[in-house]
Amino acid sequence: MALSSYVLFVILGSGLVTWLSRVIPFILLKQFKLPKVVVNFLSFVPICIMTALWMESLFIQHLGQLPSLNVPNALASIPTLISAMISKNLLVIVIVGVISLAIINLAF
Amino acid sequence: MTGDLDTRSALRETLPTVFGYIGIALAFGITARANGLSVLEIFLMSLITYAGSAEFVIVSLLALHAGIGSIVLSVFLVNARMILMSTVVAPYLSHESMVKNIWAGTLLTDETFTLSMNKLNYTDHKLNFRWLDTANLFAYTVWGVTSAIGGMLGNLINNPEKYGFSFALVAMFIGLLYLQMISDRTIKLTVQFIVALFVAVLMFFGMKWLPQNGLLLIVTLLGCGFGVVLKHGTK
Repeated sequence: MALSSYVLFVILGSGLVTWLSRVIPFILLKQFKLPKVVVNFLSFVPICIMTALWMESLFIQHLGQLPSLNVPNALASIPTLISAMISKNLLVIVIVGVISLAIINLAF
Repeated sequence: MTGDLDTRSALRETLPTVFGYIGIALAFGITARANGLSVLEIFLMSLITYAGSAEFVIVSLLALHAGIGSIVLSVFLVNARMILMSTVVAPYLSHESMVKNIWAGTLLTDETFTLSMNKLNYTDHKLNFRWLDTANLFAYTVWGVTSAIGGMLGNLINNPEKYGFSFALVAMFIGLLYLQMISDRTIKLTVQFIVALFVAVLMFFGMKWLPQNGLLLIVTLLGCGFGVVLKHGTK
């Protein structure tokens, strides 16, 4: 099995910057406590990140123009959201989502 | 989700994530193989870089023979949101040892982060190393092994997107967003809803001007700021 030094350096370099991004906050916050205003600010991170990640998959970016709708993903989001409201169960939601997109891809 | 922070509940609660990872990691392995990476390179990238969407970015840049420095910089930008997520989770583990903190951070992903945020709503805002580590390790193992399998399957399967697996993680984010909104009692539902809407609108218009990865980070920060203002304004 081939392992080129170019690919290896890319893997190690990107591994290092990713690891530092993940670990430095843990090291710092083991020693310091965050001020209340920052904690308040950070309490919005989950909903903001999840909404932003969802939006990324709903639209296709064209720099310089408004994004276009990713129609299969947008359609599949509807039954997924409904299953979330009904089941409140993550496994059910994921399965409904996958099956929805598979059916949509088959139909178009 | 339950209030238990033991290994069993961690395994059970990570199952939907793992299901999503199988689909995406297979797709990643297949894509990487199609772009000329060996199975060993695919496996090492998933074990060492371990960065979902960033791995797709790396493969596309490797195919263009981009410089090492510029690839590493792109990966840093794609993953800069990890700084934010780690900052949010870390205070819940500060009672654990430094080694455990570093290890928990090492394997944290978008998915185990959002899972733990959801978990907090069931555990009276407590988290421990055992629960997070089990979730992290389960996700990590499945991601590594499955991307290698994807690489071995290689050209046997083309167009993996058509099976719908690529949507597994999107579905997970939709589900967790909904569950987060209805179960987080520390922030009013209307405030959460308006913040999510604000983020959605900014993402839509922002996509015209900024590449998605940088945009995601900026919009998240703006959304948090907006949330703080809104929370205090409606008190």
